[in-house]
Amino acid sequence: MTGLAARLLAASGGDVAVAGVALVADCAGALYWPDRALLAVADLHLEKGSSYATRGVLLPPYDTAATLARLGSLIARYAPRMVIALGDSFHDDGGTARVSIDDRAMLGALQRGRDWVWIAGNHDPTPVHGLGGSSAAMVKVGPIVFRHAPERGAAAGEIAGHLHPLARVSGRGRTVSRRCFAADGKRMVMPAFGAYAGGLNIRDRAFMDVFGGVKFTAHMLGEGRIYAIAAQRCLRGV
Amino acid sequence: MTNLERMTAAALPEPFARWFAQRGWQPRAHQLELLAKACAGRSALLIAPTGAGKTLAGFLPTLVELSENPRSLLRPPSPARGEGTGARGSGRELISTGYAARRAGWLHTLYISPLKALAVDIARNLETPLAEMNLPIRVETRTGDTPASKRQRQRRDPPHVLLTTPEQLALILASADAPFLFGSLRRVVLDELHALVTSKRGDLLSLGLARLFALAPDLTAVGLSATVAEPDDLRRYLMPQRQGVPVLADLVIAADGAPPQVSMLDTAERLPWAGHSARHAIAEVYDLIKCNKTTLVFVNTRSQAETIFQVLWGINDDNLAIALHHGSLDVAQRRKVEDAMASGRLRAVVCTSSLDLGVDWGAVDLVINVGAPKGASRLLQRIGRANHRMDEPSRGVLIPANRFEVLECSAALDAIAAKAQDTPPARVGALDVLAQHILGCACGGPFFADELYAEVLTAAPYAELARADFDAALDFVATGGYVLKAYERFAKIRQGKDGGWRVAHPSVAQRYRMNVGTIVEADMLKVRLVRSRASKLIPRGGRLLGEVEEYFIETLSPGDAFVFAGEVLRYEALVENEVYVSRASAEDPIVPSYEGGKFPLSTYLADRVRQIVADKNQWQALPAQVREWLEIQSWRSLLPGRRDLLVETFPRANKYYLVCYPFEGRLAHQTLGMLLTRRFERARLRPMGFVANEYALAIWGLGDAAAQIAGGALSLAALFDQDMLGDDLEAWLAESMLMKRTFRNCAIIAGLIERRFPGQEKSRRAVTISTDLVYDVLRKHQGDHILLRAARADAASGLLDIRRLGEMLSRIKGRIVHKALDHISPLAVPVMLEIGREMVYGEASEELLREAEAELVKEAMQ
Repeated sequence: MTGLAARLLAASGGDVAVAGVALVADCAGALYWPDRALLAVADLHLEKGSSYATRGVLLPPYDTAATLARLGSLIARYAPRMVIALGDSFHDDGGTARVSIDDRAMLGALQRGRDWVWIAGNHDPTPVHGLGGSSAAMVKVGPIVFRHAPERGAAAGEIAGHLHPLARVSGRGRTVSRRCFAADGKRMVMPAFGAYAGGLNIRDRAFMDVFGGVKFTAHMLGEGRIYAIAAQRCLRGV
Repeated sequence: MTNLERMTAAALPEPFARWFAQRGWQPRAHQLELLAKACAGRSALLIAPTGAGKTLAGFLPTLVELSENPRSLLRPPSPARGEGTGARGSGRELISTGYAARRAGWLHTLYISPLKALAVDIARNLETPLAEMNLPIRVETRTGDTPASKRQRQRRDPPHVLLTTPEQLALILASADAPFLFGSLRRVVLDELHALVTSKRGDLLSLGLARLFALAPDLTAVGLSATVAEPDDLRRYLMPQRQGVPVLADLVIAADGAPPQVSMLDTAERLPWAGHSARHAIAEVYDLIKCNKTTLVFVNTRSQAETIFQVLWGINDDNLAIALHHGSLDVAQRRKVEDAMASGRLRAVVCTSSLDLGVDWGAVDLVINVGAPKGASRLLQRIGRANHRMDEPSRGVLIPANRFEVLECSAALDAIAAKAQDTPPARVGALDVLAQHILGCACGGPFFADELYAEVLTAAPYAELARADFDAALDFVATGGYVLKAYERFAKIRQGKDGGWRVAHPSVAQRYRMNVGTIVEADMLKVRLVRSRASKLIPRGGRLLGEVEEYFIETLSPGDAFVFAGEVLRYEALVENEVYVSRASAEDPIVPSYEGGKFPLSTYLADRVRQIVADKNQWQALPAQVREWLEIQSWRSLLPGRRDLLVETFPRANKYYLVCYPFEGRLAHQTLGMLLTRRFERARLRPMGFVANEYALAIWGLGDAAAQIAGGALSLAALFDQDMLGDDLEAWLAESMLMKRTFRNCAIIAGLIERRFPGQEKSRRAVTISTDLVYDVLRKHQGDHILLRAARADAASGLLDIRRLGEMLSRIKGRIVHKALDHISPLAVPVMLEIGREMVYGEASEELLREAEAELVKEAMQ
């Protein structure tokens, strides 16, 4: 195997670089920055179930617990010093008030002994109160800027969420769609982490706006590993 | 005229006797018998072949009753005649709780048909006798197409006879007008009952019927059905059941018509080993069309219909008028074909089960069934579409598309000769449908749980419903049915101080009305024909051709050619929910595959097929090519006994194959394939994939199963043990796409997920949530939730056909015959040919991703 192929395969193993910073894209949908011991997750959409319930759609009220449990096992594995939630952490502004006692306790346990930042999203613009951590509009760490929505014409180093990237590929007469990290070496859009968070196909116009075309890679979440696939190779549709 | 007819002809009142005489008709014995039952206030099931005047029989009692007493046209006669069968006494005052409105008229008979086209057609057919006998009886239809103003008027001023569908009945029952409208109802006529009862629509209708019996103390029911295996199932369906004792409606059986003349085409061509296109026989099909006035060409799937239609037109040198009819075509297009058919302008229609039921065409003189018959009863009903007069025989020709289908056709011919029926057994009422019904009841007015439970038990499919299950359904409707009680504030229905359950808000009822029904269609996209795109600009508008499943379009790229609505089309673009296509010509267009129409062959036919294979004496009736095929199989390998399972193993191209022949249908075989793959993995046989057809399953891998069997490391008895339906099944269900699709249907029917919303039509995707995500979360946190139980019950008989698999595993216990071969056997050829043609299953998702990624690496290296 040539050096390039080896490097490409290694990249698919989960190493992704943004603006020269080496990061690990975890196949559970979180991003880890080893040098800073920093874990980032996007679009948790906690209390989405109960948000639907207020409108009469009685979805199973277990999504917050499910999302926190998955986050918990990541925190146990990486033991990060800092956790950044990239906005839309709550499905709506009232969500923070609906978190159950058990889920509050779970969240408290996750936050213990580390910095925790809630970045404001369009679903949850108001600073989070009474659930630990601090709130911010964005977070800058070295050359990296963490914010909720990708900004038009942002400089290299932006890591955002908001768009819920999802990639779809076909082969063997069938198609597979998975959540993914969309990245082109300069910027990155992270997959949504929430149990009830849907997805937007990376061939949607919104991603062309971020990356200035289809010259980016979809790092699709697989079982136990990440698959790096050129966006151009991915199908449209859900 | 038979003696019975002479005797009972006198029973027909004057205007009717005269009307029959004027037309030169004799009332048929079963028509008079049904009339006599109705006069005696009895509910009855009429079983009659097509063309026996079933529908007239169903309406005759109503017309006679209303004509006998002109005053009864204005208001229900009082006191009520006949014995009340309702749960409540007839002394009850009926008070309209609807909005203040003057009430007039009264509804005497409700007619329910599975097809709205059929309701409309019958209303039209009733006009003639009513006019000729000068009977001032009002007959109206109410379907999804009926304007809101007319529906309003029908509630204030109902006709004497209302023709409608199960969904419309549910809607009316969920309104405050129901007690007024139905309180005086005398008769409900259920047409094509054999077709209705086999689905969740039948469950919903049974609950509606239970409601009607409770509202209308004088109600009797009449069921009209084709011949079925178990008439008692339908007789129960028509009567309010009492706990512990089955209650049966009376039974009227019409005399058999002339026996149908059915044959199998003995093709002069080479019989294909696999495939479903029947291209080899197309010239022979064309000749049959040429020799007959009007022919119906039935096929099993919409993609087959498209293919056959294309191929027929390819050789249509005489320019015969041959049309296409299937459920995905635009309604206007379908109506045009039906009208052309009715007026005798067509020589042939290539069609799917979309024409199994419905409108009466006397002119059809031949039915051709291409492909597998699937079931004897189903085939008979299709052939009955020819020659809708019962004294003349219907004519049918079976065209097997491959060698195995020859066996199935042969089995079906035997079954017809033996007058055997193989309609499916009665359903157990689904819990998701019950949930929908409970919400509907609350929309109609307050209900009491004890009373509603008692009423639901009177519906035959729910006669055995446990109180705990009813309470779980009620809890689901109210607050979602979760162990974690988080949603009391958001309840959809609430219990008042009096104990009655009411909707919490009028919007709940509004949303119920928009989402009523049990038919959950795949997400469909409209297909519009536009001119080929010369510029980048996509032209809007264009003629609507029909609808195609969203997932099919997603596998296409712009520029791809595919066949739809009988044309070769070029995929131009997808704009919102419309697919733009242009006319194209392509050598090898793609034929869309559809979800529907893939149900398995009946257990009865499967058993007969195994019997034919096992018994050389029965081979005489088979074409020489098929006989030879079986001969070589018995020489090279062996032929399994009727109750045995033959398992063959052989190496081929560096892989090891295991092929087995359960003959239980593709769905059960797919499930078996999934479960065997897991066991292969555990036995370190490194499985790579499997493929299933209606008769066999082939599974292959890198490990040599035959060597393991010979060495005693692998036992076939253990491999095929019933315990695979335990943990292995559970583990697979967790991730199965088929299970997720099944769950989605249940979630929609039960009302967890709504597909239509009041107000502006928002984009579907903007509002709905992925049921796959809900499934994952619910399965982990509340595995016994009512919706998961409903989905598991569906999986037993639906896409996963687990029940059938279970029955098979128990049948073959101790009867597995293993044949280790050094190369492929003749019997294995058909299923092996499916590799590459049919989707290869297996846990291939990760593999697919690996391949896509490898491509990227390759690209980078070039």
